[in-house]
Amino acid sequence: MTDPIRKPGRKNPQIRTVQPTLPPAFRSRKALGFTVAAAEGRFCLQRCDDCGKLTYPAREACPACLSMNLHWQDVDPAGQLIAETTIRTSTNSYFRERMPWRSGTVMLDAGVSVLAHIHGDVAPQGRVRMIARTDKSGKGVMMALPEEDVENMADDKQLRELTCDPKHRRVLITDGRTEVGQALAKAMSGAGAGIVFVGLAEQWRGFAGQAALEAIANVEIVPLDVTNTTSVQECAGEIGGKVDILINTAQHTRPGGIMGRRDVVTSRDEMEVNYFGLMRLMQGFGPGMRARGADGVNSACAWVNLLSVYALSNKPDFGSTSASQAAALSLAQCFRAEMAGSGVKVVNAYHGPLEDEWHQPLPPPKVSPNRLAREVRGALQQGLEDIAIGEVALDVRMRWKEDAGVLEKELTQIEGM
Amino acid sequence: MADWDIKRQGYDGVVAAVPISIPYQRFTPDPAHWWLARALGDLVRGAGLRPSDIDGFTVSSFTLFPDTAVGLTQHLGLTPRWLDHIPMGGASGVVALRRAARAVQAGDASIVACVAGDASHVDSFRTMLSSFSRFAQDASYPYGSGGPNASFALLTDHYMRKYGATRADFGKIAVAQRANARRYPSALMQRELSLQQYLDARPISDPIHLFDCVMPCAGAEAFLVMRADIAADLGLKTVNILSTIERHNAYPNDPIQDRGGWAMDKDELWDMAGIVPEQVDFLQTYDDYPVISMMQFEDLGFCAKGEGPAFVRERDLEITGSFPHNTSGGQLSVGQAGAAGGFLGLVEALRQLTGTADGTQVKDASYGVVSGFGMINYDRGVCSGAAVLAANVTGDTG
Repeated sequence: MTDPIRKPGRKNPQIRTVQPTLPPAFRSRKALGFTVAAAEGRFCLQRCDDCGKLTYPAREACPACLSMNLHWQDVDPAGQLIAETTIRTSTNSYFRERMPWRSGTVMLDAGVSVLAHIHGDVAPQGRVRMIARTDKSGKGVMMALPEEDVENMADDKQLRELTCDPKHRRVLITDGRTEVGQALAKAMSGAGAGIVFVGLAEQWRGFAGQAALEAIANVEIVPLDVTNTTSVQECAGEIGGKVDILINTAQHTRPGGIMGRRDVVTSRDEMEVNYFGLMRLMQGFGPGMRARGADGVNSACAWVNLLSVYALSNKPDFGSTSASQAAALSLAQCFRAEMAGSGVKVVNAYHGPLEDEWHQPLPPPKVSPNRLAREVRGALQQGLEDIAIGEVALDVRMRWKEDAGVLEKELTQIEGM
Repeated sequence: MADWDIKRQGYDGVVAAVPISIPYQRFTPDPAHWWLARALGDLVRGAGLRPSDIDGFTVSSFTLFPDTAVGLTQHLGLTPRWLDHIPMGGASGVVALRRAARAVQAGDASIVACVAGDASHVDSFRTMLSSFSRFAQDASYPYGSGGPNASFALLTDHYMRKYGATRADFGKIAVAQRANARRYPSALMQRELSLQQYLDARPISDPIHLFDCVMPCAGAEAFLVMRADIAADLGLKTVNILSTIERHNAYPNDPIQDRGGWAMDKDELWDMAGIVPEQVDFLQTYDDYPVISMMQFEDLGFCAKGEGPAFVRERDLEITGSFPHNTSGGQLSVGQAGAAGGFLGLVEALRQLTGTADGTQVKDASYGVVSGFGMINYDRGVCSGAAVLAANVTGDTG
């Protein structure tokens, strides 16, 4: 059983913050396919389309039949630990700072043996289930967990390096005025967050759910208006040094495309929140989080973007909002590049239409605020970077991966023609 | 239909000669080129040749980048008609020997200089590990960056569980090699090592402890492979090559390595040599970790698979013992000078069989076996090789 981690004490401002170091970041182009799957939490190996052989590490050709047709495919994550070591010296600074480190050889039931990180609760020669996650360098790695859950297993030192568990961490939810913001505040508090900062613009304006929000344990309301640069900078100045997880819930969604609008006023509002608001947050909070990626138990660890899945491909009846979401997605990609090296994950959570007033006429299925909050919490606890929430988002993302061109044709064709 | 199983030819008319070891250093700013040049110079002078007499050249080095054997010809002023770059780490020595022997036998070259050497700068080991191979970059280095210590720790852990080897068994190998090294002045580690000190050493990557590990360093090793008649003209002491084997990526479906390519080829090794293991006077294994030496005892046919621990317990592995093993101290005590580590056993074997081993000389050594093992590409050593060598006792030049 893992010893539970203790709530960290107050930080000594006279001691230098530990600078983030990274595990090895370079991967071959083929191996990046494993990283893509790991970001979604999928455990994949390459399978040969022609002879069916599973193979690992990432190859260009099948070692059984020399076919070039290898594809990453989900495989049974069950296996057995057949050899292990506890590494006590390392040439890499990241590992050196975290010694000792347990790694081992796992024979997968699927018939391939692999090197992996080993959870502290795995018994010698024990049965395991594998997970794939991105590590602090943002690259996919494997870890063997005990076959069954054990108490406090999320607190394992090596596993916690792969996850963004809110436990003992301080979270900022950028807009608490919406049901989504309130559901997330509740979910983060429930997940053991030390403090849940909740941003509110124009605090004097009351809103539905205000009393319930203020009653959630560990919630602290902070003034924050993402459309106002000064407001974002002041908020970052106040609490930026202790935000470990930032979840951007500020969204401006309106129906309509291009010619149904006479001017750009509404579109500008969408961009002001969805794009410029995000950029202000990144400029205000990004540098502080980037510097605190290795700051102990409550290090900065995750930045969560809630994105409409139509950021991937435009949905014309919400065409202008889709465009602002696409801009936000592109900005998030740039942000990932700028945060690389810090160990802070940039999590993109794609969702379909929400159960809210702006999607009220749309048919189901829609995503309830509670479901969205639950899945974001799960993604943080598991350490995922790319998640799709709800049936619509899962469906659109799958079709986008299959063929982005075909998806565009499907989404933009005139109904009934 | 053609006969695919053609019988191999012997190495008639070819000999190995002029073993050269350049004393190792832990750290030096000199690049690989310096060490390789130094060894080649000693080789040429030791044989009484001019550099222009060298018409074949093999190079093994991890730290020669951006050069290869090609750049080295111009750098060192050689004009060979046969050239090979052999990047096989611990198998480089045996492979260089057998390639060069065939080239000489076929007339493609008359005198081949086989040279291996590497630099050791303060940060060069880390740099080499982090870019060792694509599989290592993708799938082993990110798991703790323990380097070969961690890889061999896994093999050792597995071997100990499967075959009942103990740390004391591995310790016996390391302790005997240290005793041998104390008779080899160039060994970097000369301090006496007891079994208790071995057992009490700090863990590096469990079950690997300090004295299971080699020390990376700079150094070079070299020898000549040449026509026997030319060697006789020069009055050189020579060694005959009875047989050799080489194998890469053997047993790829073993979940974890507990045997190497030698096991595939050992029957051919002994058949071609025309002797049996009991006739061998000394064995030089590739000893980057004791478990690998134990695997070689088994896979080369000195004992059966799984009997390595008992084999070690029943024998004295020192120079004067019942089974002289790694007579100069091996890499465990001499140091691991990169690819030169793959030459260390072979060069020492040539000293033994030419009667020039001085303090480490095994009395009346007639037959010696050298084996090589190299390149942890991902989770196991990929290259293996071995050679059976014989002293040229009759003065017969092959």
